[in-house]
Amino acid sequence: MNLRPKSPKARRRLMLVLAIAPVLALAVGLTLFGLRNSISFFYTPSQADAARPPPGRALQLGGLVAVGSVVKHPNGRVDFTIADRIASDRVRFQGDLPDLFREGQGVVAIGAFSADGTFQAKQVLAKHDERYMPREVAAALKAQGEWRGDGAKAAYAKAPPR
Amino acid sequence: MITEIGSFSLVLALAMALAQTLLSGLGRLRRSALLAAAGQGAAIAAFVSVAAAFAALLHAFVTSDFSVANVAANSHTEKPLLYRVAGAWGSHEGSMLLWCLALTGYGAVMAMFGKGLRASLRASAVAVQGGLGAIFLAYTVFASNPLLRLLNPPVEGRSLNPLLQDPALAIHPPFLYGGYVGMSVVFSLAVAALIEGRVDAAWARWVRPWALTAWSLLTVGITLGAFWAYYELGWGGWWFWDPVENASFMPWLVATALLHSAIVTEKRGALAGWTVFLALTAFTFSMLGAFLVRSGVLTSVHAFAVDPTRGVLLLAILGLSAGVGFGLFAWRAPAIAPGGVFAPISRESALVLNNVLLSAATTTVVLGTLYPLIREAMDGRAISVGPPYFNLTFTPLMAALLILTPAGPLLAWKRGDATGVAQRLGLAAGLAVAAGLATLMLVSPRHAWGAAGVALGAWLIAGSAAELLERTRAFRAPTAEVWRRFSGLPRGAWGMTLAHAGLGVFVLGACFETTWKVEAAETLSVGRSLDVGAYHLTLERIDQVAGPNFDAERGTIRAVRQGELVCTARPERRVFHTGGQTTSEVAICQRGFSHLYVVLGERRDGAGAPVWLVRAYWNPWASLIFLGPLLMALGGAISLSDRRLRLGVARRKANAPTETQA
Repeated sequence: MNLRPKSPKARRRLMLVLAIAPVLALAVGLTLFGLRNSISFFYTPSQADAARPPPGRALQLGGLVAVGSVVKHPNGRVDFTIADRIASDRVRFQGDLPDLFREGQGVVAIGAFSADGTFQAKQVLAKHDERYMPREVAAALKAQGEWRGDGAKAAYAKAPPR
Repeated sequence: MITEIGSFSLVLALAMALAQTLLSGLGRLRRSALLAAAGQGAAIAAFVSVAAAFAALLHAFVTSDFSVANVAANSHTEKPLLYRVAGAWGSHEGSMLLWCLALTGYGAVMAMFGKGLRASLRASAVAVQGGLGAIFLAYTVFASNPLLRLLNPPVEGRSLNPLLQDPALAIHPPFLYGGYVGMSVVFSLAVAALIEGRVDAAWARWVRPWALTAWSLLTVGITLGAFWAYYELGWGGWWFWDPVENASFMPWLVATALLHSAIVTEKRGALAGWTVFLALTAFTFSMLGAFLVRSGVLTSVHAFAVDPTRGVLLLAILGLSAGVGFGLFAWRAPAIAPGGVFAPISRESALVLNNVLLSAATTTVVLGTLYPLIREAMDGRAISVGPPYFNLTFTPLMAALLILTPAGPLLAWKRGDATGVAQRLGLAAGLAVAAGLATLMLVSPRHAWGAAGVALGAWLIAGSAAELLERTRAFRAPTAEVWRRFSGLPRGAWGMTLAHAGLGVFVLGACFETTWKVEAAETLSVGRSLDVGAYHLTLERIDQVAGPNFDAERGTIRAVRQGELVCTARPERRVFHTGGQTTSEVAICQRGFSHLYVVLGERRDGAGAPVWLVRAYWNPWASLIFLGPLLMALGGAISLSDRRLRLGVARRKANAPTETQA
């Protein structure tokens, strides 16, 4: 019994399907798996309080760097507090901070909470451009009513040149 | 005055682009050579007008005319000339003008040198290109005009972001936009072919040089961007899977697929519909990239010059252009004639598989890039999709593609000989496995993936060499015969070999650097030292130096290896006068292909002597990461120099009536 299609056109179509199907299956499988396991959620400190992510779970913590909270140790470690209007979290970071890291500025720390409740950051992001703050931070602050003015421009874009 | 002439030119350019569309379109409808020629004239006029507007903007930047709003926001009198020029495309408005310049420039070149094309196809393509130009010029004139005046000009400007004041980044946008916008020609040709209802080998032959130009420029642009990130952001990362990077990478992947599928359409007349689809997709992804980068809808570490309000307009432009293109495709594609048949083992099949894998890889990148948007629209949660996702999805698909790459060029058209190809690649495979095993034994037995990457890189390079030896019959035919074949190889073949080998060089560098980089960080007072890899670094001195628009602390760090001074690194930490922003200028000591990468961090005053945070990285084979893509782009350029020949052939073949059904 010959199951192969007879016309060359149909054969070519079958061949194409046979070539595409495994690749497609692989791509879809990997994508679904990746999107379930390799994404990290963004929290502000108060959202993190509510969600209670387990220690060690990779996430991003964003908010404003509390004024006066930055402690730089001589061994290169930096401690600071990321705060929103309601809650705050102590962050520990070993390394060089980005050039635009300042007190009172919006930052995003990537890392995980440790068992004692401090946030162990692997990476700290501030914007390249001093006129803007990380978008999630802006959105979260807006949602809390912390936002001054309409859109990023009014509050932050018009920082006067020093 | 010059600015006003520039503003006028910009509006004139919009009018010219509209005229280009109307005249060429009418010329096509009435089959009038006169009207079509007028359309071509309008295309050239549109380019000249945009160029005049761009020159006016450059003039305003160079002379620091702060009565122009864009100059006041992005320039400063203290800035060096190069960065005053680069400031012209460092802002949203300026970069959109650069986009229009490239768009009309490509249109003008197509209008001037399109003699090889059928008159009707050429008129349609010029009309479509004019339409694209009109849309983007209208956006520039009405929503994002870089030449607007300020009523109360400031005495001093706000300056360009210091991170952008860098030679690599100053020339990065022109290359990138040359690439992005080069896809517009391919898009116009595809739309024109759909309007004409005829996609044949001559059309594919016309698409290839444009796709190749755009692809090569995009490759250089992305490489410059990666290189900039590598040494300017100060921690040695060169690719972050950041949305802005992905925005440039998606059109690159599609263009790569297009280059390969267009070969099949050109040589064998097959895959015509698919090639048209890719041609439409490439420019759509370019526009998507412009939207993602400029609107700031996705959080990116590279987000410069973002304006959410205008993002909506860019999205509308994207929707309109892509909608028309793909709508036309849906309507007309069924009429495209299917090409020649081929066996499961053949060069056509290899190229189909290449396209399947590239498309799947592109899709995973698109999904990963857009998923945060989708998720936020669905449940309002802010998430980020980072490198783990892309490593998991993109890397295996690409690895599969790269394993198959050397086999493709060795297969014959129509019906290939799998065992023959396997025999010819036996030596290359042996070399690759040996390279992998040697890496495992000599460098580190614990990093199997890194060794696999090295083997893959070696496989690509050896496979390209094997293909070259096969074509020239080296070691099998007499020397004279080999030489005759060698010098007779078409430039296109050289280009392909070089591009595939360049890919291998990149894979070698990327895998080696990622797996075996060593990093060390310590706070040092003057005279103290730290070790990184085999190197012993001593902080000798810290000097205060003054730059044109910044003050800096410059460290002098001696690197010693086995008691021998190998280099003196001078990293800087700069504080810019305007805005007070700091940047780190890293020092890179080139050691063969490897880099010793030294960063001077901030000063910390505590008890005792002041200390500086010094970070050092040993990045083995890091040069290859940037050398590989440059080789690929060079391969593209060499292939392109074959172009005149190919266009000549295209003309002859297009005139021959028997050609179309291959």
